[in-house]
Order: sequence, then structure tokens, then C-alpha cells
Amino acid sequence: MNLTLKIWRQKDAKSKGQFETVRIEGISPDMSFLEMLDVVNEQQMKQGKEGFAFDHDCREGICGMCSLVINGMPHGPDYAVTTCQLHMRKFKDGDTIVIEPWRSAAFPVIKDCVVNRSAFDRIIQAGGYVSINTNSAPDAATIPVPKDQADRAFDAAACIGCGACVAACKNSSAMLFVAAKVSHLSFLPQGKVEAKKRVLAMVAQMDKEGFGNCTNLYECQAACPKGITVDYIAKMNREYLGATITYAEKVYGKEL
Amino acid sequence: MILDAHIPGGNISEKWTRHKFELKLVNPTNKRKFKIIVVGTGLAGASAAASLGELGYQVLSFCYQDSPRRAHSIAAQGGINAAKNYTNDGDSVYRLFYDTVKGGDFRAREANVHRLAECSNSIIDQCVAQGVPFGRDYGGLLANRSFGGTQVSRTFYARGQTGQQLLLGAYQALMRQVAKGSVKIFPRRDMQDLVVIDGKARGIVVRNLITGKLESYEADAVCLATGGYGNVFYLSTNAKGSNVSPAWQAYKKGALFANPCYTQIHPTCIPVTGDHQSKLTLMSESLRNDGRIWVPKKAGDTRSVDQIPENERYYYLEERYPSFGNLVPRDVASRNAKMVCDNGMGVGATKRAVYLDFGDAIKRLGVGGVSAKYGNLFQMYQKITDEDPYKVPMRIYPASHYTMGGLWVDYNLMSTIPGCFVLGEANFSDHGANRLGASALMQGLADGYFVLPYTIGGYFAGQKLEKVSASDAAFIEAEKQTMERLNKLLGIHGKRTVSEFHRELGHIMWEDVGMGRNKAGLEDALKRIPELREEFWKNVTVLGSEGDFNQNLESANHVADFLEFGELLARDALHREESCGGHFREEHQTADGEAMRDDNNFCYVGAWEYKGEGGVPELSKEPLTFDNVHLVTRSYK
Repeated sequence: MNLTLKIWRQKDAKSKGQFETVRIEGISPDMSFLEMLDVVNEQQMKQGKEGFAFDHDCREGICGMCSLVINGMPHGPDYAVTTCQLHMRKFKDGDTIVIEPWRSAAFPVIKDCVVNRSAFDRIIQAGGYVSINTNSAPDAATIPVPKDQADRAFDAAACIGCGACVAACKNSSAMLFVAAKVSHLSFLPQGKVEAKKRVLAMVAQMDKEGFGNCTNLYECQAACPKGITVDYIAKMNREYLGATITYAEKVYGKEL
Repeated sequence: MILDAHIPGGNISEKWTRHKFELKLVNPTNKRKFKIIVVGTGLAGASAAASLGELGYQVLSFCYQDSPRRAHSIAAQGGINAAKNYTNDGDSVYRLFYDTVKGGDFRAREANVHRLAECSNSIIDQCVAQGVPFGRDYGGLLANRSFGGTQVSRTFYARGQTGQQLLLGAYQALMRQVAKGSVKIFPRRDMQDLVVIDGKARGIVVRNLITGKLESYEADAVCLATGGYGNVFYLSTNAKGSNVSPAWQAYKKGALFANPCYTQIHPTCIPVTGDHQSKLTLMSESLRNDGRIWVPKKAGDTRSVDQIPENERYYYLEERYPSFGNLVPRDVASRNAKMVCDNGMGVGATKRAVYLDFGDAIKRLGVGGVSAKYGNLFQMYQKITDEDPYKVPMRIYPASHYTMGGLWVDYNLMSTIPGCFVLGEANFSDHGANRLGASALMQGLADGYFVLPYTIGGYFAGQKLEKVSASDAAFIEAEKQTMERLNKLLGIHGKRTVSEFHRELGHIMWEDVGMGRNKAGLEDALKRIPELREEFWKNVTVLGSEGDFNQNLESANHVADFLEFGELLARDALHREESCGGHFREEHQTADGEAMRDDNNFCYVGAWEYKGEGGVPELSKEPLTFDNVHLVTRSYK
């Protein structure tokens, strides 16, 4: 296939970016999207030009590093895949493909299509864990978990922290990401002890990082490569409301 | 060099308990005075950094990814072993120990393996308490499955995403320590050098991948949990960024590199489609529980599957290994796939693939039954290949997956450089010549949660460490040498790209130092690798600048190390005149193609010492003794 690509070039967070047009020939439909970009970069380098910067690592859809908005859709047109699992057979010969970084004030651009997602780490630091030290755990069999709850916890825990939900949202809301972690832990008995404190702290940190609010358009769910649904946002909202009423040491601006 | 593994005395089942008692302790109020660097945030690195932080040490945690959660442990699918015996099928710590020593083809240390088996149960407890959503049955208790040909069901799993869930557990424990201030994280940092002062590891130089600036960090100990070297084959199931560089830097500073020839080639990967291929995707070998592997009996057969009648299909594993059939260990399955393809019986466009057929399983279990067990894997296969495995058999081929070799460590996980500890896949320790399925996750977490936190205390308590600072001459010199190397790479202005060199190296390694190795091929590789390396330093093109975000420079830096390391791998493979586990020398096989170990001459760990640029690495041997598990020939017939 022969394609025209419009790829985002941006020197760093402070510089203004712009699209650069590249034509590429002989792309195999069996290539992954990132392998196609490898070919583009090889071609650029042969011409003495720096390749386009884009994040990627595992290339099997699980690390959450790859992060491209393709034709306006985070991770591109295929359903429930990451950019690295998107294959060129989803495109047609002669197509023009527009490639951009995640766009959100909370994810500043580092270079070209690479953004800084450390805000997600800080949200987890705010409470996205069970407080248990190494070697202080009881025997695993002493914590039974009803299978349906374990399964629902698992569906939420499948989040790879890629940030597509934020990129898809017109408000740059991180609600799906935060809801996934809040739900994963609050469905499990191990996570219930700190559930109230957790949801308040994680939401507070999310707001502090500059992510927007949820206005129920569900674009996040459509973009999520792991099929995480907005039901979890509803669950988080319930947990949050409950916690604001019943948690003793509430909350904003105060050390938790 | 005489390699003393410092294995404690006593009965095998008492060694670790005794050692923990004999290790000197660091007073709780003194722990905060010690600073520890941990490089890598996979299962071993994240669990170690979190546990050390909990103990009160000051921990600095580094990774090259944008977040610690992305380390490649995340991609492990199958499961994690533990000797819980929840299934009441006769498992025990001793049986897990026994199976692991035997599975490693008698090239692992008994004492280490027993400790690993002892720690296995605590790992499951720890992970469950963290909220890792392991598979459960309807009673709400943990489910187990048999995995990788073991006779007991001891594998805990979290759908096909066990590595992801375990890593997120460790990552969350790590983030908790970051919030508490005991651990500082440094993402997007690529290690450039290990700094050794007065013979002890005292810090590292890293490149900040965002700004390009070099940064130095001093510490009282440096822990490398930097993964394996599978990307020396270019195509592997490793992440694109996985590299040997930190281990190689330690090797050049005096850490011995053990058993590099033990590489694991995983049998069930999706085949290569063309030169553009950038990595290979593994599908869990649990598929072999129900899939039947075959090729057409006639070489060069181009008929479609439905045109090949049953009696013209060669179910080579079932025929050659009637008792284990399709469930033979990874090395045996991989070698056999190569053999049938070498004999012209391969399938698909490239003829480097075999069928993994679920036709019978679908007849037996129905589409729903197969889908319930393997749905996510079938979906993944379909996404990548655009073929429906419910209708046509999958095509699979082996790929480089895991590396058992690594930096030599003693029982305390310390390398031959005092203060430099090595964890997880980066060390050589517990898997011998071949790793069993679901054992890698167990080892990474055992090292990080339950071994290093004790042994590092013994190191600190046993001596006085001088104060050092990142502005000391040794750090300035390391930064200067790093900068010279980066500038050298940028100044070559050659004609070939970094990937072209990496691909060519991978080709040499795969052909001559891959699944089947022989003297002539290895000698040829030992000639071609240095030639390629020489060409690299004359003709590679690396663009951009060193003081900038520059992925081209990052990968050039890693490939330069692979071009040196590949030679050591080939050298080790040439010296080891036997076949064992992941190392198969074609000269050393039985009449029907089975591996032949040579216990009289090679029952040792082979550890290589750097002898300067252009020098010949020197081999030291750590003899292996087997007091508990008797040396036998592995047979899966």
C-alpha cells in the first residue's frame, strides 16, 4: 500500500508543533502500525532526517506505553486494541493518515508524539494500593472472594494506564483510569479497609493534576483498548459520594 | 577466579532459615542511613525497591520506561508456581524444588532452588493481600492449573495476564513507598555506567532520556534488576527497549557473566511475516494442553489444511514422545519445530511455521468450551494474523523468549563486585539451563520480596562503607567516558541504520547461536560478530544530538552492547561441549536427536571475566554438586 501520513512534529513542551507530511510506499497489510512507522523512520534517517519520536515498548498491547491518536481516535480505528496491535490491513491503499500525540494539559508533550504521563503515577501514589508490607500477609486461602466480585475486580484491573481515555475525552477527564483502580480494589475484601480514604485521595489528586470532569459522553469507553466500561465510573461516583458523607477525615487540602 | 557461592551449611531444607539467622542485622534506626539504587522496575526491581523502602532504607528506583508499571514483566501471560498444594495432588516445597532442578537440566544450584521453592508460598500470600486478582473458583478460593508439563497443578494465574497483575501489585506497593518518601522514582532514565570505588559498587551514571543530560547518583549498594538479553536475537518476545546494557556495564567493571549460552526459545509464538517484523508475540503455552501440533508428512506440501487427510499429517511430538506428546518441555518442542521446518515440512508463506490445531478440541469441547479456555489468545492471534483459529489451525514458530544466563551472583544475590546485587532474569541463578513455565515470575518476586531485603542487610552490617558523593572523581570520569561514547556514535555519520545492524546481528545469532548450535557455526559467528561490530563503529548513522530526547541514540547505545555481548554468548556456547536445556550442541545428541549432557566435564557454572577491549574473556568455573536430586537424563519419551 502507498500512504500519505501527516505526523505531528514538536521539538519540546515549550515549542509550537506542526504536522509534517510524509509519503510512504510498499507498506504490507501484515505490518503493525508501529512497524509502518519504523519503516517511515528508517526512510527519514536514510535521508539524514531525525525520525519521529513515539512511545512504544512491549508491542503486544499490555505495557501501555504506545499512545498515538490516529485519524482522531486514540489507538486508531480498530476496536479494543492498542496502537501496537493495530494492523495496516485496517487501512486502504491511498489513505491519508493523521497521527498525533495524546492531547491533554495534564500530559505535556515531550517531543513529537511522546507525552509525559507521570500524573497517572501520582494518582496511584495518592492511594491506589492496599497498605500491606512484605511478609505481613495472611495465608492466601484465608481471604475468599466471591467469583463474580473477583471477576469484576479483574475486569477493572485490566487497565494498562495508557491514557487513551484522557485523550479521547473532550474534557481530558481521567475518570475511567481512576475509576478502574478504585473499583479493582474496592471490589476485593483486601481493598475495602481503605476504600473511603482511597477514593477521596485519588479523586483529589486527579483534580490537582488538571484532568477535567466527566460529562458522560463515554468516549473513554469507546477508546479503551482493554474494554473497561463506564459502569466503573458510576461505581466510583457512588463510592465517592458515600465517602464524602461518612469518612471521618474529609478531605480536600488536608493530609490524608 | 575462585567463585565462592557462600552457600550455608546444613540440610537443604534448613539452609535458608539458618542463613537468615546468621546474617547480621542493620539496626532499624540505622537503615535510613543507607542509600540503595535499584535499576529496573519489573517484578524483581519493583518488589525489591518497595520492600527495601518499607524496611526504612533510602531507595532510588530507576527505569527507562515512562512509568515503573510498564516494565516487561507485565507481558508474562501464563502463571506463577507455588507449592501450596491447595489441589491436594501431592505437591510440596521439596517437589517444586526437585522439578525445578530437573527441569533446569541439572545446571542450577540446589541451595538456591530450594530457597526459591520455600519462598513460593509467601509470594502468593503477599500478592493476594495486595489485591492481585488471581483466578478463583465458585467457592471463592484460588484456582490452580497444571502448566508446562508438570504433573501437579501448582500454577496460580490471572487469566492470561498474570505478569501484568503481579507487576501492578508490586508497582502499587512501590507507589505507596514513593508517597511515604522512602523511595524516589526516576523514570525515563537509561543506565550508562556502574561506578565502582575501592572495589565496591557505589553508584550509577544514567542518561535522562527527556533532556539527554547525564546524571550521577551515589549509593551504598546498587541492585540491577534489568532483565534478560533475549533481544540479542533482534526478534524476540521481549519489549523493544529490553537490553543487556546495565549487565554489560557491570561485566566490564568486574562482574562475571555466567552461562550466557542458556537461552530459552519458546515454542508457541506467532511466526514472522517479513523483514519489517519488529518483535514476536508469544501465545501462552497453555495452548498446548488442547492444541495438536502437526505438519504435512510430505515436504513442500502446499495444499490447504482441509485438503490434507489425517494419514498425511505428521503429529511429530505425539509420535516421538508418546507419554508427554504435545506437552514436552519448551526446548524439546522448539527444537522439533525447527527440525521439521529444516526438513522442508514447514507451513505458511515463509515455510517457517507448524500447525497448532484445535480441530479435535473443538469437536470435544465445542467452540464455546475452547473459547472459555483460550478466548483471549484466539482473539489475539486473529488480530495479528487475520486468520480465524476456530476455522483454520494456528501457525506457530519458536522465538527467543527468556534468558537463563546472567550476571553471576552468590547465595546472597551479590555479584563478584561487592555491593552490586543482581535480581530476577538479570542474574543467572535459579533456572539452570532451562526455565520451567511459570517459574520466572516466582523467581523475580522471590528475589525482590523475600531474598534481597535480608541479604543486603548482611552486606551493610558486615563492614564500614566510606562516604562517597556523586561529584567524586570516579563519577566525573564515568560521565566523561559516557559522553565520549555518545559523541562517538553521533559522529560516525555512516550509511546504515541502527536497526539494520541489529537485524543482521540477530540473523547471525538466530542461525548460528540459536536453537541448534555446532562448532563450525559458532566459529563462524565468532568471526562475523566482531566484523559486524567493526562495521557498526564505522558505518552506523545516528542522528540528532546527545542533549535531547533521542530514541535513535538510545537504541544505538544498546545495539553497540549487544554487538559485544553476542560474541560472549557464542564463545560460551562453543566452550560448552554438551547439550543441556536451552543449549543444544548438534554434536552432542543421541541417535534419535535427544540432548546429551556431559556431567563428567560440564557440571559447572561457566562464568566469564572481562579482560579489557580486545582481550579474551577468562572462564571461571563454579562446580555444581547434587546432594539431593540425583543426576539423571531428562526423558520425556
